[in-house]
Formats: sequence, structure tokens, C-alpha cells
Amino acid sequence: MELSQKTIHEINDLLEKKEVTVTEVTQSVVDRIAAVENKTAAYLNLQTEEALRAAGVIDEKLGEQKKRTPLEGIPYALKDNMCTQGILTTCASKMLYNFNPPYNAHVYDRLIEEGGILLGKTNMDEFAMGSSTENSAYKITHNPWDLNKVPGGSSGGSAVAVAADTAFYTLGSDTGGSIRQPASFCGVVGMKPTYGLVSRYGLVAFASSLDQIGPFTKDVEDCALVLNAIIGHDPKDSTSLNLEKKDYTQTLKQGVKGMKIGVAQAFFGEGLQPEVRKSLEDAIAVYKAMGAEIVDVSFQYLDYALSAYYMISSAEASSNLARYDGIRYGYRAEEYDGLVDLYKKTRSQGFGEEVKRRIMLGTYALSSGYYDAYYKKAMQVRTLIKDDFNQVFDGCDVLLTPTAPTTAFGIGEKTSNPLEMYLTDIYTVPVNIAGIPGISIPCGLDNNGMPIGMQLLGPILSEETLLKVAWAFENEKGLKNLKAPLETEV
Amino acid sequence: MEYEMVIGMEIHVELGTKTKIFCSCPTEFGQDENTHTCPVCLGMPGVLPVLNEKVVEYATRAGLALNCEIAHFSKMDRKNYFYPDLPKAYQTSQFDLPICTGGVVEIEVDGMKKDIGITRIHIEEDAGKLLHESAEGTLVDVNRCGVPLVEIVTEPDMRSAEEARVFAEKVRNILEYTGVSDCKMQEGSMRFDVNLSMREKGATVLGTRTEMKNLNSFRALVRAVQYESKRQIIELKKGHKIIQETRKWDDTKGVSSSLRSKEEAQDYRYFPEPDLVPIVIEKEYIEKIKSELPELPEAKKQRYIDEYKLPEYDAGVLTASGVTARFFEEAVSLYDEAKQISNWIMVEIPPLLKEKELTMENIPIKPAQLAELLKLVKDGVINGTSGKEVLKEMFNSGKNPDEIVKEQGLSQVSDTGELEAIIEKIVADNPKSLEDIGAGNEKAYGFLTGQVMKATKGKANPQVANKIIRDVVAKHLG
Amino acid sequence: MSLTREDVTYVANLARLEFSPDEVTALVDKMGAVLDYAQTLSELDTSAVKATEHVLAVQNVFREDVPKPCLTNEQALANAPESEAGCFKVPRVME
Ligand SMILES: [Zn+2]
Repeated sequence: MELSQKTIHEINDLLEKKEVTVTEVTQSVVDRIAAVENKTAAYLNLQTEEALRAAGVIDEKLGEQKKRTPLEGIPYALKDNMCTQGILTTCASKMLYNFNPPYNAHVYDRLIEEGGILLGKTNMDEFAMGSSTENSAYKITHNPWDLNKVPGGSSGGSAVAVAADTAFYTLGSDTGGSIRQPASFCGVVGMKPTYGLVSRYGLVAFASSLDQIGPFTKDVEDCALVLNAIIGHDPKDSTSLNLEKKDYTQTLKQGVKGMKIGVAQAFFGEGLQPEVRKSLEDAIAVYKAMGAEIVDVSFQYLDYALSAYYMISSAEASSNLARYDGIRYGYRAEEYDGLVDLYKKTRSQGFGEEVKRRIMLGTYALSSGYYDAYYKKAMQVRTLIKDDFNQVFDGCDVLLTPTAPTTAFGIGEKTSNPLEMYLTDIYTVPVNIAGIPGISIPCGLDNNGMPIGMQLLGPILSEETLLKVAWAFENEKGLKNLKAPLETEV
Repeated sequence: MEYEMVIGMEIHVELGTKTKIFCSCPTEFGQDENTHTCPVCLGMPGVLPVLNEKVVEYATRAGLALNCEIAHFSKMDRKNYFYPDLPKAYQTSQFDLPICTGGVVEIEVDGMKKDIGITRIHIEEDAGKLLHESAEGTLVDVNRCGVPLVEIVTEPDMRSAEEARVFAEKVRNILEYTGVSDCKMQEGSMRFDVNLSMREKGATVLGTRTEMKNLNSFRALVRAVQYESKRQIIELKKGHKIIQETRKWDDTKGVSSSLRSKEEAQDYRYFPEPDLVPIVIEKEYIEKIKSELPELPEAKKQRYIDEYKLPEYDAGVLTASGVTARFFEEAVSLYDEAKQISNWIMVEIPPLLKEKELTMENIPIKPAQLAELLKLVKDGVINGTSGKEVLKEMFNSGKNPDEIVKEQGLSQVSDTGELEAIIEKIVADNPKSLEDIGAGNEKAYGFLTGQVMKATKGKANPQVANKIIRDVVAKHLG
Repeated sequence: MSLTREDVTYVANLARLEFSPDEVTALVDKMGAVLDYAQTLSELDTSAVKATEHVLAVQNVFREDVPKPCLTNEQALANAPESEAGCFKVPRVME
């Protein structure tokens, strides 16, 4: 097995025993990128030379020091909506085609401190709006399990980099499923932590009250390692939680015996692909066999989550994206007649179709006369959904659901119908509405060999429990050894 | 038909914090363009605001000083609109739950006391500056972006330009006293928006109002109100309807004009700011701020009357600004002659300040120096006339009064021998005066005193000189 | 409830976006579909429900009033499409 195919904790063992160097590890990923990036197109911007240079520096340092931190010398990538000083941060938008931020996202600073090696910035749906990464202004990213299929989105590039072994781990952002859904489509682990657990400073905002950064990894143990590094209070983010730091690897392997796993009919309704249903039923059986108790739970308001989500997220986006006006940074239209025209031309040319549609939707929902019916109503429904989850978690420790109704769909298949595209987020958005954590792990393959994702949800700050429950399944089924068939030419 | 005007005001006041409302950039005024900025106040992608704790403290203080209720729960909202001086394209402000509500300020105009209601006070951020507007284009300076403001909104309780001015001055005075703002009008630290409508005297319904924005002096406020009320009366008398609009006041031309906006009616799409958490203020915090509030003008005025036995007029003038009151109090603590100090502050100092285009805020002499000067006058070292000369020189050179007295030889002549000789000569040279006095014309004494002062260049101690004159005259008249 | 071309034009101006007539037609259709879907929200009686502005009950997060270093003028303007005399430059504001 190539080094690039290993997990972080496997590489850690080798580095610990001094059987490999950071340079060898990094070279292996750089080689892998050279071999497959032209097929997957996960990256918008590669920093491989800098990565190799950084690897050399860390090797020297490690020669002298005894203790290594778990992510030190491990190559990773960031979704291109996290600000990196000196490295372009485009959000996959023409609007920020040349934006070079004079500051770092908090998570990037954290990973610099941890000694991480940045390989580059990954492709995404423009401004994180989309479910297939087809809304990138720059390129289409391909699912390594079937290059004709989408990787999901909006963090498609980050999911693919991990699935194709072109990074050991990546960070994505999840506003309505943008980590969990591509993780599901690409057969990797993806987690959206509790809102406020990871600082949003330097994450280019889509919908402030829903956005949350989280990891993509090859297995659950790696997810715990990365989460350990990126959580923590940040005084620059007023919504960042001020809690004591946890080590999620400590409780990872405690098992699920006696735990209550909830299953709700609302997540197994119409539109669910039969193989996905079957795979989830198998997973439930696995948990039962491991000694967990399966309980039926029910929701009252879940059907309204998607509507509320599109109103809230679009409204916040319309305001968050108003700053792109062609004055202080980014794209400016070449020809315009006066100030108002400068705004209109710049924004109409700089934003893609989907982004413009969401800005329009959000502006409409906030405009006078419609605020109460759309925005305020959605914020009230948000309360109902939050309460719904609270009541569900009174009866179970975690909730088990499919991550998405289907496996990855074909490139171009849903681009003409936004509503149909939005419906692919139906199982993931309620989680952001309620601010709770969720993790997607692979649980099987469909008849075409495409990965199926299982979503585990828990109450606020239940990351420890979720990782434990996820690890138990992964350990039992051994799916982490399933690799995308990229080698066999398509 | 007799009309009455109805005025409500919105006052924007920059708070005197060291840093901006949502980032750690300094708020200093008058720096080079775009040197006091950071990713947060430049509205760069992905940055987040964190509220300055002093802003909450100052707003609470202002609220208490203006007799408001302090909200237990308030929150920030976004006001969305595009303008080049607004980097995020939204102003972070407070919409439905402001930090203070329901205050009142008592004013006195022509001896009549009256309450002006304060509807609300909310906190928000200032915008940037547009410079050198020309056909070529406009330049944008972001330094002021994010400087904290409170906006004070009044009830439509004022009925004249004079009431508006007195109210505005009183608010300025209170805010300056409480230390929440330096209220420097010339730096734009305090700006007024005026809502004005006219109605038939005695009517209860309000007429259609217009709004004049960004009046930045009391003079502009008064003139704008006078102009706009006249304009509206003329329109109404012609049978025209008043158009609800924003008008721009041109202080140089002394006219207002419609800010004809091509835009649609503003639709600010306010919604709760998701990047900032609610402000929850407990009773204990309010009590603490209350206990730290300095003495307000009203109370101070009364104390001056009681403690220093000053006339009400003096007390009013001295407490009309915190800076003046502080100057007075420091002087009086060094030299216990309140009325004398008060006279000099009210009468002698203002023309000197005016001449040098200064204000009490940057007065070039120290209270201790004034106290020293007045002591010299009181002790008879110099007379009052010389005292005024010395004060002028203190303004010019910044030197201490005793130094100036010495340098210019201004000490009074109290030496009876020297004075007697001078007076003998003057009496001898002016037989007519002697005659007049003999005939019972006491006024002639004044003439002789004047001659003595002239001969001594004003340095004669008047009391001593008068006594000698009377002695010498008596001797001559036998 | 149906979205009109006028609605789209009004909102586009608020958002400082412009669309060709064909794009307006497409927006009436696609935005309209999402808004119709969101109409399901009106089925719920939420008159007694408090709006959730923040999912977590965090409050009173403040920063000390202590100045920190700023960006230099060059850094502030480095990304600007047009600048002059240390300032960002835009077309004449008043028309
Ligand atoms: Zn700043």
C-alpha cells in the first residue's frame, strides 16, 4: 500500500517508529496528486512545492525533538472558502478570482500551530451554495468512484481529495449538509460539529447562523484527531463556545452496548433510494448485534425544515454577499456607467447563476411586506425544529438516518432544476437548523458500486458519543478499507 | 391661520472609546486615510465582529444620564444598503430592541420649563468618509468605519428653533459631563437630524414631516429649523402639500433642498445580526454604572449656588460645559473666592479665547495660574486693570502671573511717600479741581484719581491713592 | 401566490443585480418554485412561537477596549481594483 493511502493514525505510527519521514509521506501524496488530480480535479490551487519544503523543515525539527503532535507533518487541504494569507482564497467564484487575504482563518492558524502541511485549496460550489460542486466558477470536480458522477457539495473538492488519497484529511464547511453529503457520495467520513465548536473566523460566510467547519477523513479515528486540533474558543468569533478542550480519541473505542439509537420514519420516506434504505437497515442490525437498543422516535415538524433552511440561509447570504461590490477587493466590471451601474455590473458578472438566485431569494424574504411571511416564519419554525430534536433526544442517545436520499448522481443531472437539487439536502439541513452535530460515515455500496452514507446525529455537544457510535460500526464492518476504484481506468 | 412647528430630533454621538465598536482599530481622529483599518472594519470576507465592552458601558451611562430605562435584553441588527462608505453593505445597528428606551430631558426656554421625551437610544457603527467628490470620481477613507455611535431619538416634543437648540446643547452638556463623548462638533462627534412638520396651532394630528440630516453645529440646527419651518408655511399657504422627504441643509447658502433620490423608497431589510450575541444587562451592572455617574449639570448648578454662594446666573454659565466647570472647580480649590473667579471666567476669559480662536477645551492657561493672578489682585500687588493686562500676557506667553508682573514692573505703587509727592504736584497743577471740591463737587476727586493713575501708569494702589488725595485736598482747603 | 416580473425587478435592484428579460423569466419560474415550496411554512400556526436567532444561548460576548495594530495603508489597498492617494476609488457618488 502506498503511504498516501494510509490514514493519519497509521502514518503517525510509522513516524513514531521513525520508519518514514515527513518528506516521504508528503512526497507520496504529491505523487498521488500528480497521478490522479487530472481526473478528479479536487484542487483549485496547489501548494505542493511549499508543502515539500515545509516537510523538510519538520523532519529536521523532529530529529531533535522527542514529542510529536498528532497532525505534525501530516499533509492536508482546505476548502477554498477558508482564508489563507498569501494564498488566493476564491470561494470558487469569479468575484474573488484574485483575492489574497491579509489574514488567516482561525482553523488555518490552528493547523499551522499543529505543524500541518497545507497541500492546497479545494474546489467547491461557489460561495458554498450547492450540492454537487458543479457551481464552481472554475472547474467540475469528479467523484473518484465514478468520474461521471458528482462528488456532492458544496465541499466536493475536500471530499474527493480524501477519497482519492490526494490529502490525508481536509476541512470543509457545512451550512446545510455541505460536509456530510459529499462525504456520503465519496465514501469518506465527514463531520459537522455543534454550531460554535469550531471558530468561523476567516471562513467566508454563506449563512452565519448555520455555517460550521468540520473535517473529512478516511476513518473515524482520524476524524477525532482532526477535531481535537480545530475545536476551541476563539475570541475573534462571538459565537464560538468557551469550553474546556476535549480529547475525542479517549472515548472512541468504548462501544455501544446499552446505548439507545433512535430511528425516525421521517428520514425513511418517499424518494429514498432502495439500496440506501437496505444498507441503513443492515446498519441498524449491526448496532443491534453490538448490544445497542434501537428505539422508534418521531418528529412533528421535520417536513418544514427544508423550507425554513432555504429562507434563513438565503436571507443571511443576501446580506453576507452584499460586500462584494467591486470597491475594496475582488472583481470589478470593466465597463460601467456610474456608481450604481458599477455595483450592478460587477455583481451580475462576478456571481454565478445559483449565487444570484439565492441572493434574490434572500433579498425577497427580507424585503418589506414579506419579512413576516418568510424570514420571521422560518426563524419561528427553527424553534419548533430545535424543540423537536430536543424531544427526540430525550428518548435516545443518537439518531441514525441516511445522509442523503440517494447515492451520487450524474454530472449535469440536476443542474436545471434548483428545487430538485435542494431536495438532496433534505436529511442534512435539519441538523444545521438545530445547531446539533452530525457525522456521515460509509455504510455500504449501491448496485453501481457507489458509496452509501449513514448519518448519526446527537444533541448539542455530543461529538464524543457520535464518534464512539461511528467508530463501533466502522470497526465492525471494516468499510474503511473500501477504496475508490480510481486505479482501474475509467 | 397660525401655525406651530413640531420638531423631533435624532442625535448621533460618537462615543469616546479607544477602539472601534467591533474591532481593535484605534478611533483617533485626523489620521492619514486608510491607516486605521483591519480586515474587520474593511468588511473583508469571513471576518467577524466582537462588541467592545466600553460601548455597552458608555451607552448605559448615556441612557442613565438621560433618564432612560436600560433594556435587560437587547440585540444587534443589520441594516442593509449599498453605499461606498459602508464596506459590509450593511450597518450593524439596533432595530427593535435598543439598549435604552423612554428617557426625558428637562429644558428651560424663556423661563418656562418643559420635558422633552427620549424615545430610545441605540448603539451602532459609523460609516467611512467620501473625499474629493468630482467628475473624476470619489475617494473612500475607511478610518471612521466602525467608530461607535449612539443614536438618540426624541419624541416630537419641541416647538421652536430655540427649544431645539436648548435641548441639543443640554444633551451635549450631559454627554460631555458623563464622559461618554468629547462631543466635538467640529470633528463631527455630534450630528443632528431634524424631523420637522407644521400644523395649525392647537391641532392634535401631526402634519407631514421632512427630515434634514447631518446638521453639525447648533447654529446650523437653528438656521435649518427656521428656514424649513418658513418654507413649509409658504408651501401650506399656497395650498401645497408637504412632501415627505429627506432634505439637505446647505449651511453656507442658508437653504435646504430636496435630496431627490432616484432610488425606490428605502427598504433596509433589517434582520437580527447572526454574528453577534444578545446583550443582557443585569440590575447590578446598572446600579454600578449609576453609582459611578459623575454629578450632572443640574445638580452641579445647585451645588454652586449652595456651596459657593454664586448667583444662579453664574452657576448656570459655569456648569453649561463640563470643561468650564472643571476649570472653575480647580481654581476655587486653590483660591477660595468663588465670585471673583466666576467673574473672570465669565467676563475676562471669553474675549481672549475668541481672539485666539480657542475654546475652554484648549485654553492656554491653567486654573492654578488664574488663581494665582486673582490672588495678586486681591492682595493689592497689582490692580484690576493690570490684572487684565497680565491675563492677556499669560494667554500670549504662557508665563506665570508673578513672572509677568515682575518683568513688566506692574506692581502697584503703595508707597505713601512716593505717592504723596506725585499727588502734591497734581493737586498743585489743578487748582480748578481744588476749587470744585471746595464748592462741594465730589466728582472732581475722580478726575484727580485719574490723573494719579495716568502719572503712575496705572500702578498706583487706588485705595491708598484715594486716601492721600483726600488728605492733601483737605490740607490745601484748610 | 405567484411571483411577478415586477417583484423580480424590484428585488434585483435592492440586491444590486441586473438580469436580461430571459433571465427574469427564468427567475420568475425558478425562484417562484422555491417560494411556492416555502409556502408550506404558512400552514403552521406560529403566533405563539418565539423566533430562534441563535441556536445556543450565548450572550454578552465582549472585547476589551484595547487598541491593536492596524493594516498598513498598502495592505488595506492591496486587493483594491482601483485606488488613488491612499484611498479606494469609486465613480462619482452624487449624480
Ligand atoms: Zn478595524
